[in-house]
Amino acid sequence: MHIEEFARRLRARETTVEQATNEALRRAEAEQSRLNAFIRIMHAEAHQQARGLDQELASGRDRGPLHGIPVTIKDILDIKGVATTAASNVREGSIAQRDCPAVAHLRQAGAVFIGKTNLHEFAFGTTNEDSAFGPARNPFDPSRSPGGSSGGSAAALAAGIGLATIGTDTGGSIRIPAAACGLVGLKPTLGEVSTEGVVPLSRTMDHVGPLTRSVADASLVFHALLGDPAKSPPPPVPLSGLRLAVARKYFCDLLDDGVRNEFEAALDRLRKAGAHVDDIEIHHANDIAPIYLSLVLADGAAYHATTLEAMPEKYSPAVRLRLEMGRYILAEDYVRALAGREVLTREVDAALGQHDALVLPTLPIPAPVLGASTVEVDGKLESIRNVMLRLTQLFDVTGHPAIAIPMGMTTAGLPTSLQLVGGRQQTDALLRVALACERLITK
Amino acid sequence: MTIQAWLQSAVADAERRKLPELKALLEALARSLTALRAADFNDHANH
Repeated sequence: MHIEEFARRLRARETTVEQATNEALRRAEAEQSRLNAFIRIMHAEAHQQARGLDQELASGRDRGPLHGIPVTIKDILDIKGVATTAASNVREGSIAQRDCPAVAHLRQAGAVFIGKTNLHEFAFGTTNEDSAFGPARNPFDPSRSPGGSSGGSAAALAAGIGLATIGTDTGGSIRIPAAACGLVGLKPTLGEVSTEGVVPLSRTMDHVGPLTRSVADASLVFHALLGDPAKSPPPPVPLSGLRLAVARKYFCDLLDDGVRNEFEAALDRLRKAGAHVDDIEIHHANDIAPIYLSLVLADGAAYHATTLEAMPEKYSPAVRLRLEMGRYILAEDYVRALAGREVLTREVDAALGQHDALVLPTLPIPAPVLGASTVEVDGKLESIRNVMLRLTQLFDVTGHPAIAIPMGMTTAGLPTSLQLVGGRQQTDALLRVALACERLITK
Repeated sequence: MTIQAWLQSAVADAERRKLPELKALLEALARSLTALRAADFNDHANH
């Protein structure tokens, strides 16, 4: 079910907030042993919220489209009175004193918080395997990762728990799990949604955004996160005359066959619908990974240095080592990465100057098997972490808004995903493009 | 500091701190930093 359908049914008195909340809580409990999507299921808090919201509606107070919708929250955002674990033993006993602004806006919009979802520890990974609470699993195949770092969020929503979930994205952590679990994932423009009260990975690249079952739902939740819950989804742009840009070099060099086939089929459908699809080039694409790595490692190390010294044993070993690595980045290399960041930002701006959106796959591979560190792509063995970040991290570096929308399935029945990227501060324009593409692409 | 000198120093420090597992990661990071330094967007004092 989508948010607008739930809103209609709620106001037609075909359901209540309490019924929807009960159903979400029941599913969350029923799926926990299979998916491990939650770090905490918030029974008492959710029931209390639901009763209050039903009473409000009965007394004539309507908070708008998100009134009563069950939502899950990545356990890296503060909810007042609830521990924010970031999936780490390092944060044992860290009870939030207040809602972070993103959560406060959702609460004001009438969202009911069903639970805090599992993640890759401190959001520093793409598979959700390194978590003090154990790995979350993919509903399409529980032997596989749901992606990360917002893996529990995606697993919960894909399993039918709630109508939306909130994630964070520093290298792709909203879009990667959305892609792996067949969902829509929106990373807004850098700085658009407040990251205050969110445990940071990189204060210069962290983003907060929604994962949903449709682009219209993503628009509703995105605007609620901004404190504007009444804003309706914008109309889709006409596909005829839409100008899309594809950067094949680097971005299509390393793709699983199933992903490549679905991507080419999607481009064909867009062309047949009247869209112009032009080939372009991001000239410094080969520098993306070194730039991203230097920034995220140093930013992460700065935040974690004290606890790495004081309680190293409380980190999962792989995350601890990656954070330790950041402590060796030299200032001169960080400055070089900042210079590269400016160059990449200008190149993406230039590509978008003549186009409505960039179009590329979101994830080069389908959801990987849990426990694997490498995957074969195009006959070559690749690091899973590197390949999963390959197509998303650029837009965390540059800050452009990007959205993942489902394409078709691979022959093995795993989701694939199309990524659209828009101009900075033009997230609504990107949503209009995504609404149009979704109608044609999402099966 | 050259990448080679940086890597030697970083690996020695990691071993002193009883983190020998960092060696392989630091070697990978050294390759990444070499690429970063070779990129044509870097400014140089002589041009």
